[in-house]
Amino acid sequence: TTDNQNHPPIFELKAELNSDKKEKKKEAVKKVIASMTVGKDVSALFPDVVNCMQTDNLELKKLVYLYLMNYAKSQPDMAIMAVNTFVKDCEDPNPLIRALAVRTMGCIRVDKITEYLCEPLRKCLKDEDPYVRKTAAVCVAKLHDINAQLVEDQGFLDTLKDLISDSNPMVVANAVAALSEIAESHPNSNLLDLNPQTINKLLTALNECTEWGQIFILDCLANYTPRDDRESQSICERVTPRLSHANSAVVLSAVKVLMKFMEMLPKDLDYYGTLLKKLAPPLVTLLSAEPELQYVALRNINLIVQRRPEILKHEMKVFFVKYNDPIYVKLEKLDIMIRLASQANIAQVLAELKEYATEVDVDFVRKAVRAIGRCAIKVEQSAERCVSTLLDLIQTKVNYVVQEAIVVIKDIFRKYPNKYESVIATLCENLDSLDEPEARAAMIWIVGEYAERIDNADELLESFLEGFHDESTQVQLQLLTAIVKLFLKKPTETQELVQQVLSLATQDSDNPDLRDRGYIYWRLLSTDPVAAKEVVLAEKPLISEETDLIEPTLLEELICHIGTLASVYHKPPSAFVEGSRGVQHKRIPGNLGSGESVESPDNGSAAGVTEAPPAVIPSQGDLLGDLLNLDLTPPTTTGPPPISSGMQMGAMDLLGGGLDSLVGLRHNTERSFRSPSPPDYSPTEVGPGGHMGAGFGAPPAVMPASFNAPVSVGLDDLFDLGGGVGMPMGAFNPPKTVWLPAMKAKGLEISGTFVRRAGVIQMEMNLTNKAMSVMTDFAIQFNRNSFGLASAGPLQILTPLSPNQSIEAALPLSTVGPVMKMEPLNNLQVAVKNNIDVFYFSCQYPISMLFVEDGKMERQVFLATWKDIPNDNESQFQIKDCHLNSDAASNKLQSSNIFTIAKRTVEGQDMLYQSMKLTNGIWVLAELRVQAGNPNYTTILKSKQRITSLIIIHTVSERPFCTNWNLICYIL
Amino acid sequence: MSSSAIFVLDLKGKVLICRNYKGDVDMAEIDHFFPLLMQHEEDGLLCPVLSRGNVHFMWIKHSNLYLVSTTNKNSNASLVYSFLYKLVEVFTEYFKELEEESIQDNFVVVYELLDELMDFGFPQTTDSKILQEYITQEGAKLEVGKSKVPTTVTNAVSWRSEGIKYKKNEVFIDVIESINVLVNANGSVMSSDIVGSIKLKTMLSGMPELRLGLNDRVLFALTGRDKGKTVVMEDVKFHQCVRLSRFDIDRTISFIPPDGESELMSYRINTHVKPLIWIESVIEKFSHSRVEIMVKAKGQFKKQSVANNVEVRVPVPSDADSPKFKTSTGNAKYVPEKNMVVWTIKSFPGGKEFLMRAHFGLPSVENNELEGKPPITVKFEIPYFTVSGIQVRYMKIIEKSGYQALPWVRYITQSGDYQLRSNV
Repeated sequence: TTDNQNHPPIFELKAELNSDKKEKKKEAVKKVIASMTVGKDVSALFPDVVNCMQTDNLELKKLVYLYLMNYAKSQPDMAIMAVNTFVKDCEDPNPLIRALAVRTMGCIRVDKITEYLCEPLRKCLKDEDPYVRKTAAVCVAKLHDINAQLVEDQGFLDTLKDLISDSNPMVVANAVAALSEIAESHPNSNLLDLNPQTINKLLTALNECTEWGQIFILDCLANYTPRDDRESQSICERVTPRLSHANSAVVLSAVKVLMKFMEMLPKDLDYYGTLLKKLAPPLVTLLSAEPELQYVALRNINLIVQRRPEILKHEMKVFFVKYNDPIYVKLEKLDIMIRLASQANIAQVLAELKEYATEVDVDFVRKAVRAIGRCAIKVEQSAERCVSTLLDLIQTKVNYVVQEAIVVIKDIFRKYPNKYESVIATLCENLDSLDEPEARAAMIWIVGEYAERIDNADELLESFLEGFHDESTQVQLQLLTAIVKLFLKKPTETQELVQQVLSLATQDSDNPDLRDRGYIYWRLLSTDPVAAKEVVLAEKPLISEETDLIEPTLLEELICHIGTLASVYHKPPSAFVEGSRGVQHKRIPGNLGSGESVESPDNGSAAGVTEAPPAVIPSQGDLLGDLLNLDLTPPTTTGPPPISSGMQMGAMDLLGGGLDSLVGLRHNTERSFRSPSPPDYSPTEVGPGGHMGAGFGAPPAVMPASFNAPVSVGLDDLFDLGGGVGMPMGAFNPPKTVWLPAMKAKGLEISGTFVRRAGVIQMEMNLTNKAMSVMTDFAIQFNRNSFGLASAGPLQILTPLSPNQSIEAALPLSTVGPVMKMEPLNNLQVAVKNNIDVFYFSCQYPISMLFVEDGKMERQVFLATWKDIPNDNESQFQIKDCHLNSDAASNKLQSSNIFTIAKRTVEGQDMLYQSMKLTNGIWVLAELRVQAGNPNYTTILKSKQRITSLIIIHTVSERPFCTNWNLICYIL
Repeated sequence: MSSSAIFVLDLKGKVLICRNYKGDVDMAEIDHFFPLLMQHEEDGLLCPVLSRGNVHFMWIKHSNLYLVSTTNKNSNASLVYSFLYKLVEVFTEYFKELEEESIQDNFVVVYELLDELMDFGFPQTTDSKILQEYITQEGAKLEVGKSKVPTTVTNAVSWRSEGIKYKKNEVFIDVIESINVLVNANGSVMSSDIVGSIKLKTMLSGMPELRLGLNDRVLFALTGRDKGKTVVMEDVKFHQCVRLSRFDIDRTISFIPPDGESELMSYRINTHVKPLIWIESVIEKFSHSRVEIMVKAKGQFKKQSVANNVEVRVPVPSDADSPKFKTSTGNAKYVPEKNMVVWTIKSFPGGKEFLMRAHFGLPSVENNELEGKPPITVKFEIPYFTVSGIQVRYMKIIEKSGYQALPWVRYITQSGDYQLRSNV
């Protein structure tokens, strides 16, 4: 057969390889490589192939080398056979052979032979031919990857540094690349101690080396921090010509250097303005590159527009979507259009968005409709036009368009109260067609909020109540709140309705958040209706214009990573690169100008954290004292002062009855009531401290009387689980629970849990076939969710699942999927498909899965951050009946990536200062107080990002996090 | 820094050839790429970066191949895509066509190239003209001792070898301007720009120093000259042979050209251009019965000029049938696989106006699937003319041997991304 001709059996090849004839030998090696290429295992021929190595035929030599690279690792003992030839080839008169040998050597990743390669490498690093030197420079990085110690001991790093001064630009570029690579994995090695002299050398080489070399050099320059604004300007001046390079990657790397160094220039400098003007044209030109490069450019422009909106403010038109743009380009352009929308261009933008909203691509259309809403909120003058455009779109009756429109109209109502309510009637007409939770929830919110203007509000809400238990949590919570609002507005005719919803929420629901909220309302309504009215119908703060800005410190870090994957994902490298723990976060140094005032507040705070001079931040020891002085006061006074006595009474009343955790809870309750919701969030999520949630199991009939009993029982249970039984050390992995009962999924039962192992989140599932027929073709998919969890591969169930059979499946998850705020925050909606049908279920993952391995904050940063965080961002909890001492608790928490930064003991009370970091880069700080002999811990949680990041608002001030904090406490 | 490994896959996701550069990502990870791609495609979430666990795949597609780069680091993504496109360019210059067959037939050279193009994830020499001096398809001819590294590889001038000889020394300069236009359904021009390109065919001996003079407004302002028409170039991109810092300082375009064909520079001009061929269309759709199309094309350029090979492409519903056409000039044809009518006019003089009418039947049972609204697109070429008015004022050629060389210049304007949205 032809296959046999191309890929003959091993024994035949063996004979041919040992042939005396050169030509035959070469053909045989070619056949071996051909077999290797199609994936056949030809490692058995190792000695025979290596025997062909000593040849003066260059092509044959290259083939043998190729073979060696592929199989040396599987035959380490025999790889030694090749050493002699390498040594010899490194001294060949032909530089092509010398370079080939040194290049291949480094690719033989066998530890045993590396030490034999040091001498040849040393010679090649000093070779007279630059081609050999540039290859040897890279070889140092290769060797370092295999045996770092050896490379250091041999002094190769110094030789590599010397090569930065080489006369040949290509050698310089490769030396820079190799050093950067090594420095990346050894952040403290101080390898790239860039100083003005080396910078000057690099800038000179920049003019002469290949396009790729220019990228290496620019990426390296981006790590440098100039001494002053003059140096900064001079580097910028020498980098700017690169913006005219034909290679998009050179342009983006130059943009990175300029964006970073620009921060150090005084803003009133003429040159600053010149530079800003120079950046726009090349960024626009990137949009004519190949689509993948356009995509990278657009993701970066998205960052640049957030950091320096003035650069592209006049370039709206270039972001208009073309019919033949790939979908990923379309979606990114749309995002940038919204960011650039202003009063000056809004008419054009709206015309475009309306055009897009009638396209056919569902995701794109949805985003376009949402964009119209965002324009309304951002540009007040356009609000009316936006609303009428949305109404036109609702008239199209295209289902998903209507639903998106209703979701955004709700936000418009929140931004401009008492202005557009006349459209409510039109919205109500579409009530029946809403089948998505977000749209249903939005509509219910509207009905509740404007109940007094909607004659049949009670009927409308009642119609939702019928299928209460089939609704998603988001809808249930909204429905509960809406009906309570309705009751407070029209008490006479809706008493029955409110009774009904309260009983549904408290009695029949498994969801602690829903139950809690139900009880709160119940208590409020029964104790003090006037207070209830003040709380529930309180005036809501307006929502802010920009809802999805990247948090400033993350944005700064991402600016330093322009052009890289981090800038594409909009995530810090530590969120997706393994082993990057301890790697320093890149930061933009503050303005270095002489005596210039720092302009924007974010600029200032950044400078404070990173560049703060010693005068401001004292030595570390003092720091900690400082830190602790902040909070030495007893917990009762850490909360904000009560705001109105009436309110406080209400809250106290509500919680009366001897709750142990009264103090902590009261603070939370007050805070939630006082600012009913964060600015960009619907106003109804009023909720108290979450740790009570799990405890509220009592039937409502006896609720007021025995309120406290079930609570403590519940909490005891909760903490017994971890503390009593004694979980093994290691990260916290909750037990599997049933997610999808067989009844609901035609016989398929799924139970599962989430684990985090070696930095990878996994969903571990048990699939059981309780039906009569075989199940096959499994597939899984997630809905968008708060943290962008997505399956990182297909669901691996290869064999059919027979009746009564069970199978375990582990699905690795990434956190780079599409993000959408969920309620509760950690809710994950999953669709599982098999040959029978598609099934949907939701499950909740413990937030602790999202704590990344490099969540240990530096002490100084911790202090600065802790101080920075306003009290409003604080939540306090108690963890009860935990019998570990503080060190054991700290260890246990560390295995779940909750790191203790500092510990201090005051009057027998241990205080642990802890940090954790979520996969989306958000930091959460904690103070854990452990009193010897007292099994109840107190925890205070803080997080900096409150206003700008949608998610953290939930994380900190909303119940779900609290619930999750309890989950974390299982670990104890 | 960039790639851990590079893979070339066929349309079914099978690996045709690969090269492991760093060894930090398991080569078997590539098996997950294709299922991942399919999953994303199904969900309508196609994206140039896919990830699974800690492994990230950056990929492009070319003819019947996928070129994929893997990494587990924070790679320079723009460098990776640039490099993947460079691979396509180099392979195409080596094998004429880059496709499954040419990879399989030339696997030895592909391995050699992969070895030379990138080292440990760092792109190296990627100039195919220079590579061809020491990596050839007839490897047998390259006996040791004869084959050497061209010094060009590591030279500051890495794109041109020494010792090139021509009997007659000439340079051919093509100035090509593409017009991009986006017109709204109501006839207003949403955006328009000109992307120009200056291409060289250099047939010069030795190491010539060239200087190109354009009627660049910034240059004229710098030198205090104010005669004649000048052009404002919004953004300029140069081949790496051009000395960028020199251009930055005094707008001089000076360079040692690569031998043979190359793109010396490209530029973008933002000025509002009148669409050279204006289209008015009336498309009426009568559900369940017919579609009637009337298209008027008008040449909005000088009478002396002529647009060649004009094609007006008008979208029609996918379930349309029985086409009938009437044209005042040229030829209309229904292309059902693309759901469009293509109206071809070989020669279209400036200032003229032509008409095309088309009539299609529609089935009584309507297509339920929602269809997009593809725009009308236009293709054309107008020789001896640039819209922007850009001119090559001179091309100075100096070589130390002192020969005389002649530059030849040719101008052409053509359609780029030329879209007119329709209202149906």
